Amino acid sequence: MTAATVTAQGWGWRHAGRDRAAVAGLDLTIPPGQRVLLAGPSGAGKSTLLHGLAGVLDPADDSEETGRLLLDGVPTRELRGHAGLVQQDPETQVILSRVGDDVAFGAENLRVPPDEIWDRVRHALAAVGLGEDEGIALWRDTSRLSGGQKQRMALAGVLAMRPPLVLLDEPTANLDPAGVLEVRDAVLAVVEAIGATLVVVEHRLGTWARHVDRLLVLEPGGGISHDGTPAALLAPGPVREELAAAGVWVPGVVPEPVTPAPGGPRPAAEPSGPARSPRRDPAGHRDPAGHRDPAGHRDPTGTALLSARDLAVSRHAVRPGWRRRLGPPPVPVQHGLDVTVEAGEAVVVTGPNGVGKSTLLLTLAGLIPAHAGTLTATAALKGHGVRLPDDPHRWPARDLVSRIGTVFQEPEHQFVAATVREELAFGPRHARDHRTGTLRWSAAQARGRADELLEAMGLTGLAEVNPFTLSGGEKRRLSVATVLATGPDVVFLDEPTFGQDANTWAVLTGMLRRLVTEGSSVVAVTHDQDFAAALDARVVELT
Amino acid sequence: MVSTQTPGSDHQATPPAGTPDRPGRSRPHHDPRGPAHRTSAHRTSSRHTWRVVDIVVAAVVAVASGVVFWAWNLAYAGLGGVFLAFPPSSGLVAGMWLFPAVLGALLIRRPGAALFTELVAAAVSALLGSQFGLTVLASGLVQGIGAELVFLLFLYRRFTLPVALLAGAAAGVACGLNEAFLFAWFPEYTLAWKWLYVGFTGISGIVIAGLLSWLATRALAATGALAALPSRGAHREPAGRG
Amino acid sequence: MSAVLTAPAPSRPVAGSPMERAHPLAKLAALLPVTAVLVASMDWVSSGLVLLAAVALLPFSGIRAGEFLRRAWLLVAAALASAWGTALVGQDTGRMLLEAGPVSVSEGSALAGAATGLRILAVALPGVIVFATTDPTDLADALAQRLRLPARFVLGSLAAFRLLAMLTEEWRVLGHARRARGVGAGGGPVRRTTSWLGQVFGLLVQAIRRASRLAVTMEARGFGAGARTWARTSVFTAGDVRLVLGGCALAALAAGLALGTGAWNLVWA
Repeated sequence: MTAATVTAQGWGWRHAGRDRAAVAGLDLTIPPGQRVLLAGPSGAGKSTLLHGLAGVLDPADDSEETGRLLLDGVPTRELRGHAGLVQQDPETQVILSRVGDDVAFGAENLRVPPDEIWDRVRHALAAVGLGEDEGIALWRDTSRLSGGQKQRMALAGVLAMRPPLVLLDEPTANLDPAGVLEVRDAVLAVVEAIGATLVVVEHRLGTWARHVDRLLVLEPGGGISHDGTPAALLAPGPVREELAAAGVWVPGVVPEPVTPAPGGPRPAAEPSGPARSPRRDPAGHRDPAGHRDPAGHRDPTGTALLSARDLAVSRHAVRPGWRRRLGPPPVPVQHGLDVTVEAGEAVVVTGPNGVGKSTLLLTLAGLIPAHAGTLTATAALKGHGVRLPDDPHRWPARDLVSRIGTVFQEPEHQFVAATVREELAFGPRHARDHRTGTLRWSAAQARGRADELLEAMGLTGLAEVNPFTLSGGEKRRLSVATVLATGPDVVFLDEPTFGQDANTWAVLTGMLRRLVTEGSSVVAVTHDQDFAAALDARVVELT
Repeated sequence: MVSTQTPGSDHQATPPAGTPDRPGRSRPHHDPRGPAHRTSAHRTSSRHTWRVVDIVVAAVVAVASGVVFWAWNLAYAGLGGVFLAFPPSSGLVAGMWLFPAVLGALLIRRPGAALFTELVAAAVSALLGSQFGLTVLASGLVQGIGAELVFLLFLYRRFTLPVALLAGAAAGVACGLNEAFLFAWFPEYTLAWKWLYVGFTGISGIVIAGLLSWLATRALAATGALAALPSRGAHREPAGRG
Repeated sequence: MSAVLTAPAPSRPVAGSPMERAHPLAKLAALLPVTAVLVASMDWVSSGLVLLAAVALLPFSGIRAGEFLRRAWLLVAAALASAWGTALVGQDTGRMLLEAGPVSVSEGSALAGAATGLRILAVALPGVIVFATTDPTDLADALAQRLRLPARFVLGSLAAFRLLAMLTEEWRVLGHARRARGVGAGGGPVRRTTSWLGQVFGLLVQAIRRASRLAVTMEARGFGAGARTWARTSVFTAGDVRLVLGGCALAALAAGLALGTGAWNLVWA
């Protein structure tokens, strides 16, 4: 197999509709067969470079290219299909609905004769560990594969094209730890076998650092700022500091949670005015929960907020009445669970993929009805003397939002307004005071609260911006802030640190730690051990 | 080389010889791995040529429309009772099935976008078990052509609010005529009622398919999701003549 | 394609039922004349015959009873609603069967109602059988290889169709996520509609984002560059020819019988 030489001569690219170039003045030579790890802060143009190498950047009217980007001396735009590209989101790496068809797709586009295609498909699948020996038939439904399997199948699809250059754009960002290793090992095996040149972009350098020959650091809107071996650049020193400061996950460095400023988002912040929660005594102090003794150990006799007995959870609701016969009954993914969430504690739910962690989270948060068993919100959560059903699923949304907050894995799912400020004011404007049944905050108070949060989150400059246009880390911070704005007592989070850079991780962890010490509860589904340790969380493991 | 869209162009036996602006360029060296890997398409920046991203976005918008149809049926199935008072008024919700055509054209802005998106949406409906069987494809065709003709009238250069409303109206009227006269799903209606039905579908087309699609395009452009499409600046365009 | 490949591609195990094994274009070609006859005439003879034929074909389609009932009950409900509407609103001829205030059903309008309902079922049911037994990938292969439609559009649509299940799930997740933000199910119809539209908008954003990423994936695999080869070949067999002929025969029989018994009722007359 041949490997390609990559050459960039003063290459730059500006996307259509943008003012500034994503990459400028890039000078680079990658000899054939070299393995390169590409790192840099977010927005440094790493994806743009990979797309350029794959030949998929569109020379539309508006975009602008300077310099040359060559593969074996030929401009990459003419060599589409010459380089294999695997990207971050496993769902969009799948093209067709059967494994064999999907892997054959690339070879079909390259006009490989049909009889040769199936040979290549079988070899490629065997090379990534998805062959018939592992029990994956060629007609297996691709939507039934796990994230790691989907990424490996994408790699097989690329392999069937016999590329001289393999490009990976954060291939493991959306995978659980087991999936990360599975994909990493498959990539290394494949590259070893075909001897192609490899360029990997990753935020978490630790996964690849020991397996690549060269580390390149790109700077935003520019070219290469550092170029050397991983061992040299990642040794303690200025480059390592710079990378860590830029939010890259440097191996061996765990970020320090950033405690928010004293004016930070406080769930117990009292609105001025008569609307006062009956859960608190007239002086405004919360129910004491979870006293800590001087040594920092938590007092186990805290106030229970949510209590689940013999709970069974399933993704889809049991159909009521006669409609039960219309289709197969939903099968609970978990049953017989006894879970209690107490005030002022952090809980982390872990377990293998597909075991039902998210389903449990959504059920406890009152968003999905329980399959069986009971889920009770105690009076401490509902508010004394308030008449609400015990099951949070039956609460109106306005009552739910001031007591239980849920942060979803994809921040965009929860955006409901056109600007960041309106987004933060939305919750307070709709949250209902349980005693009077009217709004808990007036419109002016809600705006004030939004401004407070803007400052605390460092998003003041972005107040009038459309939330969908923020960067990944900003969106994550915004979605957490919007949930905290209504002052809930329990906050549920689904994979909060997934795919986040180190700086956002630090801000998030600090904010949640602060929440817990102030008496709220945090329940998170996560694979992140560092996160669980930073929150000093109780671990609930599902099997 | 301009990529054409005539059926069969994808089955050319020999790849084109080279790109027109590099007359001296030689064919690629024989690749021992097999047939030539070189792409022959030098993409022109013609506004009328469909790129892969245009095709895939239009098709996914059509599939998402299929989901919206399903969600609508789930949520508003009971709405049929409201129309019992005056049956032809059921045409007022017909616009729901027409928005893919106008939305597709406003997003992709290339010839055939309205027709393609509406056809794919109809195919999704059919594959999900629509009660109209094979005729849903014909309906999609007629409705898509209705909207497409309006965009053609403006030579695919204008995608303003009046154009969107007109396209919605055209699709609505086409839908009404199709259902009341061609397939005659309402044989019991008098002629007056049938024409009223067409009027109602036309209005529904203007409001739901025309106005809402135009608003949606602007809002989508403001989120930055349309960065790869020609409509990326839609939120900054003036509503009227522009 | 000069050599006829009889073996299905390695990624396609031999399907179970005869209808599933039939070529998609043959099924559509068989359905077309039948639907045309049903569209042309609203009478219980042609509709009833086609309905009977469709029911007789059910065992050969491999659709399981449970799944069939699930799809069918919606159709039956729609047909009943339309039949009832016609019976109510239609011209009253013959004996009055039911009269209570504005509700008036006569013999004539009841028969018209039955014809309408049967016609809807007769159009829908064969469609359900054809589309439930057709695999989207097979259909795409057939359209691109046999009908010679542009492969870019056909395969682009196929890849998009694969996302249907995922987008449906995304709709549900959006519903939960918005409830968690306080967007309630209550409120007047205007508020509920605007909130429903907001959810549609959220779905469109996610759909377009995924589509853009999918397009990059496909392009990076060399898609869209013109000529391509096919790993799966779409072939016609003798059974397919018989199916098409059968469809034409059924259409002719339905039309003939309706004309013969005098029940033929051209809708455009």
